[in-house]
Amino acid sequence: MSSRPTPAELADYEAQADAWFRENTPKDPGFMLPLTFMEVSTDQQFDFLCAWQRKVYEAGYLGASWPVEYGGGGLHPDFQRIATKVMKKYDGPIMLNAIGIGWAGPLIMDIGSEEEKKKYIKGMLNAEDIWCQGFSEPENGSDLGNAQLKAVRDGDEYVLNGSKIWTSLGDRAKYMILLARTSNEGPNKYAGLSFFLSPMHAPGIETRRIKKLTGEYGFVQCFFTDARIPAECLMGNEGDGWQIAMKTLEYERGAKVNLAGGYFLKELDAMGVVELARQSQRGGKPLLDDPVMKDRMVDFMMDIQALNLNNQRRRMGPLVQDRPMGLALMNKLARTEMIRELTEFSLSFQGTRGGYYVDDPCAVDNGYWHRSYLNSFSATIGGGTSEIQRNIIAEHVLGLPKGR
Amino acid sequence: MAFSEGNLADHLGALSYSEEQIELMDVATNFCRDRSPIDKVRKLIEDEHGYDPAVWQEIVDLGWLGIAVPEAQGGVGLSMAEVAPIAEQMGRRLLATPFATCTIAAQALLAAGDEAQCAEWLPRIVAGEVATLALTEPHGDWDLGHVEATAKASGDGYVLSGTKQFVVYAQHAALVIASVTVEGAVRLALIERSAIPDSALRREIIIDETKRSYELTLDGITIPASALLDAGRSGTALTQIELASALLQAAEMCGGTQSAIDYTIEYLKTRKQFGKLIGEYQALKHPITNAYVGYEKARSHMLSAAHNFGQQGVGEIAVRMAKASADKAYSFAADRAVQFHGGFGFTHDCDAGLYRRSAIWHASQYGDAAWHRAKLADLLF
Ligand SMILES: Cc1cc2nc3c(=O)[nH]c(=O)nc-3n(C[C@H](O)[C@H](O)[C@H](O)COP(=O)(O)OP(=O)(O)OC[C@H]3O[C@@H](n4cnc5c(N)ncnc54)[C@H](O)[C@@H]3O)c2cc1C
Repeated sequence: MSSRPTPAELADYEAQADAWFRENTPKDPGFMLPLTFMEVSTDQQFDFLCAWQRKVYEAGYLGASWPVEYGGGGLHPDFQRIATKVMKKYDGPIMLNAIGIGWAGPLIMDIGSEEEKKKYIKGMLNAEDIWCQGFSEPENGSDLGNAQLKAVRDGDEYVLNGSKIWTSLGDRAKYMILLARTSNEGPNKYAGLSFFLSPMHAPGIETRRIKKLTGEYGFVQCFFTDARIPAECLMGNEGDGWQIAMKTLEYERGAKVNLAGGYFLKELDAMGVVELARQSQRGGKPLLDDPVMKDRMVDFMMDIQALNLNNQRRRMGPLVQDRPMGLALMNKLARTEMIRELTEFSLSFQGTRGGYYVDDPCAVDNGYWHRSYLNSFSATIGGGTSEIQRNIIAEHVLGLPKGR
Repeated sequence: MAFSEGNLADHLGALSYSEEQIELMDVATNFCRDRSPIDKVRKLIEDEHGYDPAVWQEIVDLGWLGIAVPEAQGGVGLSMAEVAPIAEQMGRRLLATPFATCTIAAQALLAAGDEAQCAEWLPRIVAGEVATLALTEPHGDWDLGHVEATAKASGDGYVLSGTKQFVVYAQHAALVIASVTVEGAVRLALIERSAIPDSALRREIIIDETKRSYELTLDGITIPASALLDAGRSGTALTQIELASALLQAAEMCGGTQSAIDYTIEYLKTRKQFGKLIGEYQALKHPITNAYVGYEKARSHMLSAAHNFGQQGVGEIAVRMAKASADKAYSFAADRAVQFHGGFGFTHDCDAGLYRRSAIWHASQYGDAAWHRAKLADLLF
């Protein structure tokens, strides 16, 4: 990795990035853009976001700190942090290939082989190769260690049988990070799991789209029926699957800095919610004049500010001495729950019009708030539910005993 | 302040820290842990004086009372940002002294005192003479501008009348700074302890037994004209007092919240019921985790308030957010601490009660969460 940049170099870079994002961040495309990568539903959204990611990558603001030989920019991570910050400042669209650049990529960079790095990294960054994650199964979601999809070695291939579900971008992906069972022996259920970087386009792999609570599409069920994938898709050794999966979850849950940069969940525009409250009427007056509403709104503003401050503080060693992992591990829980509560609150502003939904001509902001609220569950359930997050914080940060 | 566009957070204070702050945080952490073990806290509850004069002297010798006082007045010349980590550790160990009132009194002098008043009092405060504030009245209003006590000109001085409550550590104070109205306008008056007869002080029974507080009857007390702080700056001084108090309280409350959580976790890890450690039950695990999340949020607000304290606008928002979120976090953590200790939690012997009472005390002084949120609504929307 290159040496630590000087403040002047960083300032230069920031000015450059600032100019680029100011110039290139797309304006309102005229259709609803997703707040999270899990909400990508239409071809129009998909194509738009792929193009945006490619453009950011080509300008050097994605994967800036990954080695040049794999398609990265070879810069110090501080530069990438700045690029991401500026990207957020201009409120750019999210990076679509979250599972690729967010979890699979860092994983491959950390423990992947030379061939794997050469083969996968660049396509992830330029959004040519979309990735999905095959962890959850119909019977095993939170209890991920109990995954049952079978992978049986047969010569140079593995034969896969079983099903994965809730696979975000599963119908668009070229590759899947796959947790499968290679053995039923071993001291516990975790020992028989293995991890694959699996192609999605192989005979015997089929996907079926699942309609979401919002009425849109975004995730699929994957069926594996005697599907054959090359044996070199196995990552690490047979039996390493659980440890590797846990590593990707560290990235997913935000416990580790995501090295490629970009961002996958969009901040809700808090001032947009305030504006909505200002424009809504109650008893002939702006809703925001109501002290009860005002009070709740201030509470949300405080929460948003706290989470932003937490994010700054988690990188300041002396200010997190007591429980260094605490802020990182609570990040997902606190933020996703706040967004769920805030979007739910926003529905109450709309009076009778709260009864409309997306695409009705009378719906407030074309149903954006309703859709955002319903979609907010994607983040309080996906990537480990809030309840599981609380268990993790309790056990790993507070040192409470594991439940049996 | 109006936010027209973009994300709210972009318009609010950011977080940073100074080297001095971190150094003081380290020193204070060890000092407060060593000087204020919980059995000592409990012993001092029974003690009339209420705090350990030897520990007070050590605090004075460490120079902590002069941190936010300019060097010219015998201080160290840093800021409230560096005071906050000390208050945090004091709150964490329930270490009671007049540290906060002295610090705030000094801030009031700096905001509205003239040269002579500052030169007289600031070095004495830095040297450990106790100063305190007499702002609250029987009406219980948190609005510091709502003052009924009066000062009436008489000869070349003023005669005071009215009642002040929650004059913390008044018994030991050399100086009491009281708010009074002079011809309808609120002013701050410097009252020397020697001018206050013992009969004018009544020790109050307060919810936080680790602290000492007094009601002060002003009737008939006289002060020289030179004891009134600048008329033009009394509004600023009251704001400064309110914000400095809120910052120190937020810090103290964060420390207390941390302890309430740590104390409870210890119990969850050792107490067994139905053959399991109770910490395995999610009915306890999740709320204590929520308490912890609330604590970290409050601490971020507090550190931001410390960092942004002197900034016009941004500082006030940060401080009010800090006090409001500390109130919420402390109350919740301490409330659950009582509940999760079961029958023992209901006893005077259980430390959970000390934290719960401390949280109520802090909420009662200088505004609770709802009060500060109401102020924030005016600042934000
Ligand atoms: C929008 C979306 C996108 C997703 N994308 C993907 C993806 O790309 N790839 C993928 O592999 N998975 C994905 N998931 C799946 C997600 O990870 C699982 O849904 C999640 O882990 C929960 O599993 P489950 O649905 O089986 O619920 P269950 O595990 O059956 O949980 C049901 C309820 O029980 C609670 N619960 C379960 N166990 C415990 C416990 N030990 N303690 C306390 N409460 C408990 C849960 O919190 C929940 O409230 C996605 C999910 C969503 C909603």
